[in-house]
Amino acid sequence: MTGSAAAALQVEGLWKSFGPLDVLQGIDLEVAEHEVIALIGASGSGKSTLLRCINLLETIDEGRIFIEGEEITAKGVNVDRIRRRVGIVFQSFNLFPHMRVIDNVTLGPRKVLKRPASDAEADAMRLLERFGLAEKAGQLPDRLSGGQQQRVAIVRALAMQPDLLLLDEVTSALDPELVAEVLNVIRELAAGGMTMLIATHEMGFARDIANRVCFLDAGRILEQGPPAQIFAEPREARTRQFLTRIIEAGRL
Amino acid sequence: MTAQGGPDATSRGGPASLPGSRAQRRRDERTSALRSTLVAFLSTFVVFGVLVYIVVNSPGWPAVQASFFAPDIFWSSLPGIVAAFLVNIQLFLISEVLILALALVLAVARSSTAPVLFPVRLMATVYVDIFRALPGVLVIYILGFGIPGLNLPGVPTDPFLYAIVALTLIYSAYVSEVYRAGIASIHPSQTAAARSLGLSQPQALRYVVLPQAIRRVVPPLLNDFIGLQKDTVLVSYIGVVEIFRQSQIVEAGTFNFTPYLATALVFLVVTIPLARFTDWLVARQARRGGGASGAASQVASALGRSRGGQAAP
Repeated sequence: MTGSAAAALQVEGLWKSFGPLDVLQGIDLEVAEHEVIALIGASGSGKSTLLRCINLLETIDEGRIFIEGEEITAKGVNVDRIRRRVGIVFQSFNLFPHMRVIDNVTLGPRKVLKRPASDAEADAMRLLERFGLAEKAGQLPDRLSGGQQQRVAIVRALAMQPDLLLLDEVTSALDPELVAEVLNVIRELAAGGMTMLIATHEMGFARDIANRVCFLDAGRILEQGPPAQIFAEPREARTRQFLTRIIEAGRL
Repeated sequence: MTAQGGPDATSRGGPASLPGSRAQRRRDERTSALRSTLVAFLSTFVVFGVLVYIVVNSPGWPAVQASFFAPDIFWSSLPGIVAAFLVNIQLFLISEVLILALALVLAVARSSTAPVLFPVRLMATVYVDIFRALPGVLVIYILGFGIPGLNLPGVPTDPFLYAIVALTLIYSAYVSEVYRAGIASIHPSQTAAARSLGLSQPQALRYVVLPQAIRRVVPPLLNDFIGLQKDTVLVSYIGVVEIFRQSQIVEAGTFNFTPYLATALVFLVVTIPLARFTDWLVARQARRGGGASGAASQVASALGRSRGGQAAP
């Protein structure tokens, strides 16, 4: 997948520890433009931390991260400028509860991209409409269901027109019947060519949507490959063990 | 209980006389509610009756009655006392605005994390420590007598001005701690979400953290302002003729304490509704879940902040 152009995202030898705990132990990962990568692995394997490092929400201990060839972990880099290009959606939505849906979506475009409010709102309405949320625009987030809130969070990230979208277990906090509506949104984004890095426990979804699946174990990418190979014939014993447990739990 | 044949027998329309029927339970409830009310009324009547009896029959009662409950002095002093209370209201309103602003600056300074802002953080911390440690009366004395006493040219001597400055200095320290607690109560994930959109730290504070923090601390802020309203009487010590000073003046002229009773009544009339309003606001927050989002939006709506319709600009 590595053409002549720089990769959308490149992670080189990334280490990150919290105190004595090495959460990431030398992650190497390259993501091409339009590629969809699913990160799977047990809780605590480092999926979320990896995503937070890529969005510079965590400082890293060792290694380098590039976005379209530009090192974002270099000294003196403007983190706010980097974050405009990388969207992230959190497990717990993290919408701004004091703002209407439309204001949640337009905050970044208005304050960071300095776009006129009317333009930002027109664009936001188009996005909300596309994801079936137009009639929620004037409401406060706590009037919405979890699935709707998470879709708003995705729209909020998209409104910044990021080159890369990071999704951190975005369905884990949802009631089962609300998961599908969020996954459908992500499917549509993948079909539209959005480059995405998705940490998920939804194995069926990962298998359907991802170009490549990375299995994280104890802070390393233990195995990666096309979904068909990872889910059908994993090479590593740990991957097999993990997938067996998932199947036993009825989640695949 | 439900032996009767038809399906209706066990439901709302069941025989009213059956034990356990809805109608019977209603009757029982009404009877016991009536009994509770009666008991509460009687016990209140007895307790207060005994208290009044003890006071009125105490050996010093005639003297106390004459010096605290003189109706003619009460009515003659009341207009002057109410007029003087306008000074307290002015003191309260002006210093409240200044306190809200200064305290916010202090709280933001203390909540900052950037290394370059360390001196600012230090100054704010020292300020809050000092003014929370000093008794308010001392600050009022030192400012009100000390600074004019320097006889510096151009330095104002109006005690009203020093009263405002002193109250602002004292209360800003307390109120900044209320703000700071509010800021600390906003989950870091809110800042993370804001920063992930590319907002700078000050922008995240301005647009995401502070609006939520301030709405959340409205009830404790009101609580502090009830305190401020009462503490305006402290500035009588530096010669501001406000309600307490006014009642002292009347007392000095009549050798009667009734004006103090009038002053107390004025404070009760003004402060109790404000305290009730604060309690109501707190109860409302708690009742509606009191979560981050809940509390924020309720306080916002309680304050009459209207929300526009669909995507209004």
